[in-house]
Amino acid sequence: MATEVYVNQKYLGTVDNLALFMEDFKDQRRKGQIEIQANIFYNKAVGEIHVSSQKGRSLRPLIIIKEGKSLLVEKHIEQLTAGEITWDDLTRQGVIEYLDAYEEENALVAFNEEQLTTEHTHMEITPGSITGITTALVPFGNYNQSSRLIIGSKNQKQAIGFYAANYHIRMDMDSNLMHYPQYPIIKTQLHDVTNYAEHPAGQNVVVAIMSYKGYNMEDGVILNKSSVERGLARSSYFKPVSAELLRYSGGLTDELEIPDKETKGYRTEADYKFLEEDGIIYPEAKLNEGDVVIGRTSPPRFLNSLDEYNLSVGVRRESSIALKHGERGIADFITLTESEEGNKLVQVRLREERIPEIGDKFTSRHGQKGVVGVLIPQTDLPFSQSGVVPDLIFTPHGVSSRMTVSHLLELLGAKVGALAARHVDATLFDSENEDALRLELAKLGFKEDATEVMYDGISGKRMLARIYIGNMYYLRLRHMVANKMQSRARGPIQLLTRQPTEGKAREGGLRLGEMEKDTFVAHGATLLLKERFDSDRVAIPVCMKSGLIGYFDGRTKQLKSPIYGEDSDVAYVEMSYAFKLLLDELLSLGIYPHLSLKDKF
Amino acid sequence: MKKEIETLISSFKDRLSPTIIEKAMNEIPTTVSKKDAEEIMNLILKATVKAKVAPGECVGLVSAESIGEPGTQMTLNTFHFAGVAEMNVTVGLPRLIEIFDARKTIKTPMMEIYLKEGHSSLEQVKTFAKKIKETLLAEVLSDVSVDILDQKVSLQINEEAAKSYGHDTAQILKLLKTKLKTFSTSQGESSNEIELTMKSAKTDNLKELHGVKGKLMKIKIHGMKGIKQVLPVERSGQYVILTSGCNLKEVLELDEVDSLRTSTNDLYEIEKVLGIEATRNAIIEETVKVIEAQGLNIDIRHIMLVADIMCVTGVLKGITRFGVVKEKSSVLARASFETPVKHMFTSAMAGEVDKLQSVVENVMINQPVPVGTGLPSLITKMK
Repeated sequence: MATEVYVNQKYLGTVDNLALFMEDFKDQRRKGQIEIQANIFYNKAVGEIHVSSQKGRSLRPLIIIKEGKSLLVEKHIEQLTAGEITWDDLTRQGVIEYLDAYEEENALVAFNEEQLTTEHTHMEITPGSITGITTALVPFGNYNQSSRLIIGSKNQKQAIGFYAANYHIRMDMDSNLMHYPQYPIIKTQLHDVTNYAEHPAGQNVVVAIMSYKGYNMEDGVILNKSSVERGLARSSYFKPVSAELLRYSGGLTDELEIPDKETKGYRTEADYKFLEEDGIIYPEAKLNEGDVVIGRTSPPRFLNSLDEYNLSVGVRRESSIALKHGERGIADFITLTESEEGNKLVQVRLREERIPEIGDKFTSRHGQKGVVGVLIPQTDLPFSQSGVVPDLIFTPHGVSSRMTVSHLLELLGAKVGALAARHVDATLFDSENEDALRLELAKLGFKEDATEVMYDGISGKRMLARIYIGNMYYLRLRHMVANKMQSRARGPIQLLTRQPTEGKAREGGLRLGEMEKDTFVAHGATLLLKERFDSDRVAIPVCMKSGLIGYFDGRTKQLKSPIYGEDSDVAYVEMSYAFKLLLDELLSLGIYPHLSLKDKF
Repeated sequence: MKKEIETLISSFKDRLSPTIIEKAMNEIPTTVSKKDAEEIMNLILKATVKAKVAPGECVGLVSAESIGEPGTQMTLNTFHFAGVAEMNVTVGLPRLIEIFDARKTIKTPMMEIYLKEGHSSLEQVKTFAKKIKETLLAEVLSDVSVDILDQKVSLQINEEAAKSYGHDTAQILKLLKTKLKTFSTSQGESSNEIELTMKSAKTDNLKELHGVKGKLMKIKIHGMKGIKQVLPVERSGQYVILTSGCNLKEVLELDEVDSLRTSTNDLYEIEKVLGIEATRNAIIEETVKVIEAQGLNIDIRHIMLVADIMCVTGVLKGITRFGVVKEKSSVLARASFETPVKHMFTSAMAGEVDKLQSVVENVMINQPVPVGTGLPSLITKMK
């Protein structure tokens, strides 16, 4: 019976001998006569052969198995280690081939050599290839729930590290740089492959898994203040400020200068104190909010015929770039360049040292993130018999529900690594044996379960429980309170509603929303509720005759009704501006909302 | 002695409710001294006063919060019975919304049928269940063929299936004669075949000929309309029939049915058959059922308040803009709950006046709301 053959979803013809055709195709591909990235797939359900060679299919390499034997033999490994052959040679020799998602359906892939039977067509190069690069960076990953692996790999992407060696001449938007990054004691093969040593993103710290004064409950961590003062997890934060000098019609341009006092919108003299004569800040100036970084003036906005008689003609507008509310930093690096449109562009990079503080986010590599709850001086922290004081205290309650066994294993493994002065391999499915690590720890003179007797740092009393303590690779994540915290008592309001603005960038307030309002009502705290909602309180003149909103006539110094003018009583009524807006909007709908007023007493 | 105590108790009449007085009369032993009896009554009075809700307490909102908050924790949405694919019950938040919205058509209407004493052995329950289950013609047919040329439809009856419902081909033939008007029915060639021939042989009847197939399938040959599935289950030593689909009126009319305990989860069905008081109780019962199934706990008085509000007008009203909210006197309050413009227009045309007597309106204009501390005010006599 003939089987239909489709090449890239297009019908090509039929073949009589299905098995022979498939075999032939694969053979020729392995010999290099057919492009190595082409794939063949027999769809059993509909009885069609599909050959694909399009772009966009993800392929993965597998070792070819023939009659239950791997085509990759000892000789290849030797040659590979000796550097005589490369990966490409293996694909050329037909030892390794690439399968796409479809051809995988026809393949039976063994996990490792022990599993091999005559049924198998392929074998994994490494069982760890089940994951991607960042996930493979999680040590002892095969001991974990899959969801924790995902979180662990996501967290690593947010870690502060040594992201580029040329950081000092880069103008990155919001970049962080760790000051003393280290290579992890517990590493995986992927750390070697990806040259992790050249861009590490964390530090090896001593971790105790215990509770201490309750400051690490609910995903909190306690940091050793003394360690932090010695530079633990310290980083720098870089942020550029830029100004473009635009050109306007009529040959007018923006100018880079310290604005003249005549300039429209001139700030105070103190605001410009850091600017040099060219209108740009000098390097290493310590800036606070409101300080001008780049002095700039723009030409007047509208020029019309009346301005000829206007004395203020030619007065330039101030358009300097200043630090916004809550911003600070040191002018670090300045570039003068040209924008895409060919305008002059000034960029000033601000630098800020970020010392870990309460509210900063840390994580191990196992999806065990935590926020610093307190920094405790070394003198007050628990210490072990040999005088070891933890850099970080992690809560035991974080482990039981999340079942991150790898977190515990890393602590033990890194303790061995630190004591034996070696790296410990924790590659997915291929890690060092736990029992061997425990044995080694015992040989090093510690309890094999990595627990130690500890003493309370404040009272000096021995603690009743032995504490699980060891080393771990901890990452500092880029979510820092310094970037996020904000407060407001009074400040900007929206033009339309006269209610406070929203969001940190606009120095906004925290909204007391619908459900929060309900709690006030439920408690019967009526007057407190009214006070909370007083942010847009206004007194509006209301005409008692027409019920419409009146106005104050500045010329006659009289309150007037929009309909009856002076022939009506107009009284001030206190209400929220949002309600006045609602009344106006109703008017725009063609609805006439009367306010009928009554004497209060 | 007895008389003394009785007079003492009745002296509390104006301060305690009649039920409490009655209970006190019955339950305070006559052997106690007058002094002790007085102390008991004073304690009762104290407890009663303490249990009362303070004036200005915002009970509606507290109820809303008390039901709304646990609602966020509800997880399971449907419950399935093992073995019966068609039987599933909406539970959790979707069901809660269904109840409070007073939906006309609910997702999974159900009945719980209890049988009277003497009709409730397992065998009897099983036969009863079979009796009321709605059986459609489709279930006893093995084949249907439409002959376009002769304008004929022939049905092959699966006699075995028909027999299990106590029917045979002859009975079905009889039934079809009464149900189909445009077709004449006759016995086919074999014993289990029925032939339908179109009475008026016109050529433009093709469409009807095709349509009749679907119509045939839906013909009820047995059971009660709406009862799609039955499932007898044992519940504390008794057999209960759970049904998918409901038809409360007809079920209650059956002799074997214990009409006191039989119920449904369809609120409108209950309102139609049993009236508004029963509906109020059904709302409370159904809500409690949902909440308890989720392992949550809400004080029943919150639910009772909601049920009262839904039933207070004498007809069932959901907490929607067509139901309870529509009854609100304040224009602003109504407008603040869904479709504001529509409400504004209709009340503007009616020239409605908002007296600003409730909470929402006063929050909007930022005036003290008339609950809690906003309620009392000073009255000064002016000379």
